[in-house]
Amino acid sequence: MSQYPFTTVIGLEVHVQLKTASKLFCGCSTEFGAPPNTHVCPLCLGLPGALPVINEKALELSALAGLALHCDLPPVTKWDRKQYFYPDLPKGYQTSQFDMPICADGFLEIEDPADANQTVRIGIIRAHLEEDAGKSMHDEVAGRADSRIDLNRCGTPLLEIVSEPDLRTAEQCVAFLTKLREMMVHLGVSDCEMQEGSLRVDANVNLHIDRNGEVIATPIVEIKNMNSFRNVAAALAYEVDRQYEEWETKGHTIKTHGKRTFGWDDGKQVTYPQREKEESADYRYFPCPDLLPVRLTEAQREKVRSMFTELPQQARERLQSQYDVTAYDADVIVSAGPEMLAYYDSVATACGDGKRASSWVQQDVMRSIKEQGISVDQFAISADQLAALIQCIIAGELANNRARDVFEHMLDKGVAMDQAMKDLGIEQVDDSEIESLVADLLSKNPRVVDDVKGGNAKAVGALIGQARKANPNANPQQVRELALKMIEQM
Amino acid sequence: MLDSAHELLSLQEQGQLTATEIAQQAIAAIEASQPIHNAYTHVDAEAVLAQAQQIDQRRAAGEALGALAGVPVAVKDVLCTKDMPTTCSSRMLENFRPPYDATVVEKLRQADALIVGKTNMDEFAMGASTETSYFGLTKNPWDIERTPGGSSGGAAACVAAGTVPLSLGTDTGGSIRQPAAFCGITGLKPTYGRVSRYGLVAFASSLDQVGPLAWSAKDCALLQDVIAGFEPRDSTSLDVPTEACFAATQSADLRGMRVGLLRQSLDSEGVDAAAVQAVLDAAKVFTDLGAEIIDIDLPHRKYWVPTYYVIAPSEASSNLSRFDGAHYGHRAKDDNGNEINDLVSMYCKSRGEGFGDEVKRRIMLGTYALSEGYADEYYNKALKVRRLIRGDYDAAFNDVDLLLGPTTPTSAFKFGEKVDDPVQMYLCDLFTVGANLAGVPAMSLPAGFDQLNLPLGIHLHAPALQEARLCQAAAAFQTVTDFHRQRPSEPSSKS
Repeated sequence: MSQYPFTTVIGLEVHVQLKTASKLFCGCSTEFGAPPNTHVCPLCLGLPGALPVINEKALELSALAGLALHCDLPPVTKWDRKQYFYPDLPKGYQTSQFDMPICADGFLEIEDPADANQTVRIGIIRAHLEEDAGKSMHDEVAGRADSRIDLNRCGTPLLEIVSEPDLRTAEQCVAFLTKLREMMVHLGVSDCEMQEGSLRVDANVNLHIDRNGEVIATPIVEIKNMNSFRNVAAALAYEVDRQYEEWETKGHTIKTHGKRTFGWDDGKQVTYPQREKEESADYRYFPCPDLLPVRLTEAQREKVRSMFTELPQQARERLQSQYDVTAYDADVIVSAGPEMLAYYDSVATACGDGKRASSWVQQDVMRSIKEQGISVDQFAISADQLAALIQCIIAGELANNRARDVFEHMLDKGVAMDQAMKDLGIEQVDDSEIESLVADLLSKNPRVVDDVKGGNAKAVGALIGQARKANPNANPQQVRELALKMIEQM
Repeated sequence: MLDSAHELLSLQEQGQLTATEIAQQAIAAIEASQPIHNAYTHVDAEAVLAQAQQIDQRRAAGEALGALAGVPVAVKDVLCTKDMPTTCSSRMLENFRPPYDATVVEKLRQADALIVGKTNMDEFAMGASTETSYFGLTKNPWDIERTPGGSSGGAAACVAAGTVPLSLGTDTGGSIRQPAAFCGITGLKPTYGRVSRYGLVAFASSLDQVGPLAWSAKDCALLQDVIAGFEPRDSTSLDVPTEACFAATQSADLRGMRVGLLRQSLDSEGVDAAAVQAVLDAAKVFTDLGAEIIDIDLPHRKYWVPTYYVIAPSEASSNLSRFDGAHYGHRAKDDNGNEINDLVSMYCKSRGEGFGDEVKRRIMLGTYALSEGYADEYYNKALKVRRLIRGDYDAAFNDVDLLLGPTTPTSAFKFGEKVDDPVQMYLCDLFTVGANLAGVPAMSLPAGFDQLNLPLGIHLHAPALQEARLCQAAAAFQTVTDFHRQRPSEPSSKS
């Protein structure tokens, strides 16, 4: 954007839903997609007398995210009520953290998309824990004004990560979000599924326009409702142009117009002003009297440190050195998420051949789980079973193609490897059986014998197909070697 | 006969009385009292009888029974009960039935207590006279032209009227102790965190506490032993062992106990001479029991009421946000009886109709005190003063084991006397709110009568977690005095 006579200033607020089994202050499930209002209890419903109890796992995951973002974990963190009326907020307040967040003052380094050799450090002001609200659905079909509320999401734990306004381009924002998401997924902090709302992004953007040495700031616009990284990039690009034009034509500056809230219309590809609140909201934050301040104990800190193992970039480097796979392969495996990485690690370690493991995991496992629409945790073939299959290949007991047949059969029938091999009639074929088979083939194919004797060793390939037709368990390598040896002796 | 819970227990054990007979008597007493005193918002006679019969059968079968088996107990209507309405004496919750029991109610059930019904109160526990109830006034059994105090007015009146020996109240600024004093009975506000608040509809969460009311300290102790204890569902619940309060009441020997007399309280403006005399007489009784009386002061006492009336409404304004008509509770209709389509109008009208004036007044006070630009001047400053007030208690309890003063400046006042003057009403809490702000336990016990023959209470404070010490001192006092054995005459008006 160097063609513009201004600097773009962007700060991001990212909400990630923490990967806990239960909600932040009660035992209700956080499972996505359940029938409306089935994961609720008196607390979620805002019934009088119900009281909150903190979910320890949410504290741990927040602290883990904080470590990854180089944040301080203050000795004490506390809970505050943010008060406003809305039907998806049955208590009339959101339990959040106002002035003592669980994580503060960190950073995340990204490669600048404009210059891959340039690292940009994006400051993290804070990351605080809060409970999510429910979901309102407004059905205005045929003039009805029918609103429904699903409180399943009410009380699920969110970590709101607030960056410094250190981002300068839409591309940097996407790089920041990509790296942040990968980190959070990798560490098991969050699934970061934008479709399911477990990652949400708001952007604060304005321009610092240089006018003859004087810097003029345009009004800050907070953009909401961006539900993909592509939308983030498009919305920011649009908003930068819109603000510059607004300044040029109307002269709006931060002094005249302050801060506003805009939405992103994905269909029209425009940002639009959301209805302004009549006066600036006063949330009347005050410490929640139902919860005690939290002091992370040394044992909890130690536990979090032990959960903080390696970051995605470190995993990529490790795979290359540990298993001798290419940078590309390492990237594919790590980018597929922590469960896939763990699966690959197990297969590669157990079979002792990282490259073969990489090929099987990428080609066969990833394809299958994609077809089935499942995660690798739900995949029918365990890492140990796949490793055993690969070991059969390494030992020369199975050809690659035949191993694939076994793999498919295991998947189709849901059986273990031994059973699959039995079902397919695969057994160690007796050497004498192979010898008589090859001898028989040689006698039926004199031309092949002649060709090989004439110096064309490749001609023996014609026998392999016939051998496998006669006996699918015949090892091609063994057939080849035996045939060449017998021809030589003829 | 319905005067003493521990006597009812032993009579049943001796086979001289059945739970069914007790239940029948309680129901008869309630039926006689209710038209006069209106202490209850809900009574379930059939359920109580059925439960009593079960208890008798279980006793006959030799089964082990709970600590309050066959003893009638009334529950303030601010505590959730899954088989009865829980209204908080508000139109807002007129038809609300919670799907769960408060922890203290669960504990009563486990103890095989007979929960006879729910008692009337100031709306959402905001008041000192039970005059703000949506369900009508509760009359003081000593003089039906006077209030029973509040907010646990029904909880005190139902005992004083002889309908039950025990009742559960709640105390945010004096709501157990002041009605106990006005109705001539004993009431205990436990240490903050001693009794679970789970299922207590919150007024001011950092001050609210559930506690017992009964004629005697012994019976209060009996009920306190049942309801006390750590509970993980309440994050502010204290994870410390409980001390047996009832056992502590068996010793009347107070030798070596140092009682701090809050002499400056006695000089406060508006304190009736009879109330002063009751405290001085009580000091003499404690001396006779072996205690040492030491004059003591809590220097920030004059800031108690202002501090309380910033913190309590602030928390209330937040706690009562949930009553908005959207999910449960009162939802207003438009003038034609149809649903109101505009959300903000629905909120405004539902809350406008559902809440009474005092509740609205406190929501406004609290909203103001927490507002941007005012929070530092009010709410945050009040928190600082609260720390000073706590410090006063800490310092005092370095020198003494208990504090002694009056519970209220006067005996029970007449209906209408203060209800239109909020500041006068708030001053009813003059001596009681300190214990809530500091989180320490305190007790009111009958200690005299004024010239109108209306009961007067004295007020004891103990350090945090020392409920047993309070019960011991109060029970010792009651072994040598008979104020707690006086009963109101037949319903009458004294002036």
